[in-house]
Amino acid sequence: MSKRPLLEAKDLHISFSGMTAVAGVDLTIHEGEFVAIIGPNGSGKTTFLNLCTGYLKPNKGEVYLDGTPIVAMAPRKIAHHGIARAFQIPQLFLDQTVLDNLLIAMAAKQGIWSWFQNLRTARRRAEAMAMLTMVGLQDEADQFASALPEGKRKLLDIVLALALKPRLILLDEPTSGVSTIERFSLMETLMKALREAKVTALFVEHDMEVVQRYADRVAVWDSGRVLTEGPPAEVFSNEEVLRKVVGV
Amino acid sequence: MRPFIYLLAALAIVGMAAVPFTAPWLQFVLTLGIANGMVALGVAILLRAGLISIGHAMFFAIGAYCIAFLSRMGINEFAALLVLGVTGSAVAGLIVGAFVVRYRAIFFAMLNLAISMVVYSLIAKMHGVTGGTDGMPLHTPTFFGVLLDKPGFDLALYYFAIVLMLIIGYLVHRYWKSPLGYALSAIESNELRLEYLGVSARSVLLIAYVVSAAISGLGGVIAGSAIGHILPDFGYWTSSAQFVLIAVLGGIGGAAGPFLGAFFLEMLHSASVNITDAWNLITGIALIVVIVFLPSGLYGLFRKRRRSGS
Repeated sequence: MSKRPLLEAKDLHISFSGMTAVAGVDLTIHEGEFVAIIGPNGSGKTTFLNLCTGYLKPNKGEVYLDGTPIVAMAPRKIAHHGIARAFQIPQLFLDQTVLDNLLIAMAAKQGIWSWFQNLRTARRRAEAMAMLTMVGLQDEADQFASALPEGKRKLLDIVLALALKPRLILLDEPTSGVSTIERFSLMETLMKALREAKVTALFVEHDMEVVQRYADRVAVWDSGRVLTEGPPAEVFSNEEVLRKVVGV
Repeated sequence: MRPFIYLLAALAIVGMAAVPFTAPWLQFVLTLGIANGMVALGVAILLRAGLISIGHAMFFAIGAYCIAFLSRMGINEFAALLVLGVTGSAVAGLIVGAFVVRYRAIFFAMLNLAISMVVYSLIAKMHGVTGGTDGMPLHTPTFFGVLLDKPGFDLALYYFAIVLMLIIGYLVHRYWKSPLGYALSAIESNELRLEYLGVSARSVLLIAYVVSAAISGLGGVIAGSAIGHILPDFGYWTSSAQFVLIAVLGGIGGAAGPFLGAFFLEMLHSASVNITDAWNLITGIALIVVIVFLPSGLYGLFRKRRRSGS
């Protein structure tokens, strides 16, 4: 595995009306890693993702993507630099079909001239169907996104992010709202897709089983700070982590 | 069912082409219908993004006043007036659009209304420049180099307007089928996701705004040339509201919708003024009927038929 740092957060701080949400976070994600962030509700995990994608601007600190500072950039500029995001609540174009959702995302990646062609070019359509087949959504291609069950909405949300061919994908609780039965099949599909696309991933997760099974490294969040980080086996043998986060 | 729709459309065009010989009184009504349909199409483009402009009559007026000023300056060729009138509206659309595309919902609607009322007031009050409420006359220009009398020009304008309606309708159809058109709907559906896909919602809207202003200006050029006299009322807020009404009446599901709405309203107007002074009452009732029974507008009639047949 390459150890080149892809994303580096340095001394990040942000507070809302005097309430500190992120208090001096330093975190490095290396190329090819699958890093999980765990921590209690309200510990600043999603805020961290918002800072990394330009949705929020920090009071102090910087985020570097492959050495380029990105905190001052708008979300769309950061997307162009190679960070894509899937959300806790899937952000889809609900009144469009599953296929059209993906085609819009693909056209967004393909640049300005593609915006004047027909959306459903044969080439783009074939590529989109291949992606939908990879995640098992091929039978829902012509369904409206609003008609999908939660698990499939999550998958589509992730596929939209993958369509940007990102270098790093940020996943906010990919298994939340998904039934226990669907959870691991969703993760297997997701991991297969990430490995095939050779995408580095940072995911916020509450399900410790999922984290133990799929993360290369775990960063434990507490009160806006990184409490500890390391391989899952090491982190889950830490008594403070077990007490504060896992609740044992 | 699709061939049936094409056949119906072809018959409608042939019917329109025959109007100067079969029902000459309808020629002027339909010319204005096409002009109004153009502006309603401009409004419909923005409606796709969930944004209502209650100010698009300003671009209709700007297109018309552009050709009146140019005519006064001695430019007397319709083709040149057309290009410059549309360009003037597009530039105005770029300037206004750069400001209003930052806003959404009621703020977008009200800002368009406010700006259009400023433009209207300037036109109506600057008597020395615009002729104030008396308006500006427009002399009959040459038509692609051919000098015609007024009836001849009106006939040529009518056929040219039909051709323009087909071309603009097709281009807007293509636009709506492109990623840029889908992005417009996506703005209404989920602007956040669009931004995270790396797409600037403001740029998408600004392009739409300029296109809609240019098409509205084209409507102003056609209406001004047909009427031969430009008035500040072209840009009054009631005209803007009427264009929104036409777009809703016709439906925004396809580029033909606004034209259907415009023809329907012009015909209804022409028929009802002979019966009663309260033609607005009839228009209002027609709108209520369409909203209640045809939520997709008159265009929805054809879409429903097509779906049920396929």
